Amino acid sequence: MKGTAGRLFRILVTYSIKIISLLLAVSVVSFVLVSASPVDPVQQYILGLDTAVSPEQRAEIEAYWGVGDPPAQRYFSWLKELLHGNLGESAIYRRPVADVIGERFLNSFALMLCAWLLSGLIGFSLGCVMGMYKNKWPDRILKKVCYILSTVPTFWLGLLLLLVFGVWLQWFPIGFSSPIGVLSKDVTLWQKIHHLILPAFTLSLMSFSNIALHTRQKLIDVMNSEYVLFARARGEGPWTILRRHGLRNILLPALTLQFASFAELFGGSVMTENVFSYPGLGSAVSAAGLQGDVPLLLGITLFSTLFVCAGNMTANLLYGIIDPQIREVRE
Amino acid sequence: MKGRTLWNHRNYWNQRTRAVLLTCLLFVLLVVIYACGLLISEDAVTGSFLNAKQPPSPAHPFGTDALGRDLFLRTLKGLSVSMTVGAAASAISAVIAVLVGIASSMGSKRADALINWIIDLVMSVPHTVLIILISFALGRGLKGLLIGIAATHWCSLARLIRGEVLQLRSQQYVAVSRKLGKSSGWILTRHLLPHLAPQLLIGLVLMFPHAILHEASISFLGFGLPPEQSAIGIILSESMRYLSTGMWWSAVLPGLTLVLIVLLVDKLGESLRTLLDPYSAQE
Repeated sequence: MKGTAGRLFRILVTYSIKIISLLLAVSVVSFVLVSASPVDPVQQYILGLDTAVSPEQRAEIEAYWGVGDPPAQRYFSWLKELLHGNLGESAIYRRPVADVIGERFLNSFALMLCAWLLSGLIGFSLGCVMGMYKNKWPDRILKKVCYILSTVPTFWLGLLLLLVFGVWLQWFPIGFSSPIGVLSKDVTLWQKIHHLILPAFTLSLMSFSNIALHTRQKLIDVMNSEYVLFARARGEGPWTILRRHGLRNILLPALTLQFASFAELFGGSVMTENVFSYPGLGSAVSAAGLQGDVPLLLGITLFSTLFVCAGNMTANLLYGIIDPQIREVRE
Repeated sequence: MKGRTLWNHRNYWNQRTRAVLLTCLLFVLLVVIYACGLLISEDAVTGSFLNAKQPPSPAHPFGTDALGRDLFLRTLKGLSVSMTVGAAASAISAVIAVLVGIASSMGSKRADALINWIIDLVMSVPHTVLIILISFALGRGLKGLLIGIAATHWCSLARLIRGEVLQLRSQQYVAVSRKLGKSSGWILTRHLLPHLAPQLLIGLVLMFPHAILHEASISFLGFGLPPEQSAIGIILSESMRYLSTGMWWSAVLPGLTLVLIVLLVDKLGESLRTLLDPYSAQE
């Protein structure tokens, strides 16, 4: 298995170099964009202090932020601090950006993980059903459903679910990740889950159609192949064929696609978290953008890029290790 | 495709004629909705508090919002704004896609690698985050929204065009042209662009619904159009505040209209594909 380890290492190294170059580029681009903004971050920072600031204090803050310095110098001092793990202080939350991101990412991660697993499971099984019943009524109905769901905006679907299950049926709370007015240490796990169900369901409804349609196409391709014809000639039933020949061939592409969809997942969670006032990274990034919290905005941009790249790398690694066809070609 | 739907049982028209009719019909419908939205004056959407929060009725098909504005008229007006933004953004995106796609497939290997890297770069930031950044840089408003959407939607079309050009360039008639001493520019305008035109048109039309949806999402977050404007995203974000008071119509109906428009445009793109795409035109 030395070959596998070596190949794995090669993929890992090439991909890491690529990710670092991408992250650097994203940091430059987002820094330029933020610098070009008419919003004055120092002013926003002072507004967040809630106290009167004397001109001397203001000058001090400006000197700390490097207002007079040329942009390149400001960028490099920011980058230096960034590499030391200091992302600056958030103007809205009055805390280090790294802490805010860490805490909110845990919330977002719970949401995205649930949605990701749910959409993968629903999408994959529906895709199998559609592929097995190609052009019969289950396939046609499900295809329509997938098609319509892929055109529905996330936030509107969230609003609808909120209206039906939150306002009319009152099964689920209207927002936040825990009941209001309860201390964070008193919140039970069930309460957290209770607040998570609706957003996670919304997010997974948004993303399963892609994987379902993809799985359907793959399964149809497999079912049209000659080895399936031969299996059928041997007398295997359709579900045996699915288990023996179908699943093995379509599981990997589906899994890869699911890992490669982290960007859509994150974008969807921005919308979902805003609808459900869920305190995750998504609601933080829109708050940061609206209130001119530059350090937080930059931090989350970099973090989300890292998140997406990690997903893409996992997808590539999966292909490189597991898929025998690609393995053969590489060797 | 053998008969699946009721339509095929009466073969008055073949599929091509039907596709042409459907395309024209959808196009006219979209133009009518767009024109309606443009013709509605600002006065029509300034309501009075006397008829605030009214449920749907014959006088106000979509009901009225918390300020007494008629939601049907606001939705129509919002749709025309969305369509303007969507059309402009996807047109800009398509131009970028063509330039980038041709440059990467006709240029040197190094240019190709660079362009692929740039595409990876754009794809590695979640689109919503990138549009928020761009909109923040340009001080929110229509301009930021337009540029943000245009800057994020060209990638997949560019890749498609790159693949198409690479395939076309390996065709024999292109090789013959080159042997006859024709320049790259001549080959590009005479051989490649005519082939790309239908792909491009379809790509453009199919990009349009995405652009509209992104416009609505970003306006919903508060980055796009100013809050007094009638845009679907803004109507929906206002409706969120009154959701628990039972104003279901202001959340359901404008969103439903948006989804219907997106489905219509998608259908338009699909029927254009049946007409123009050489691979499916034979069906």
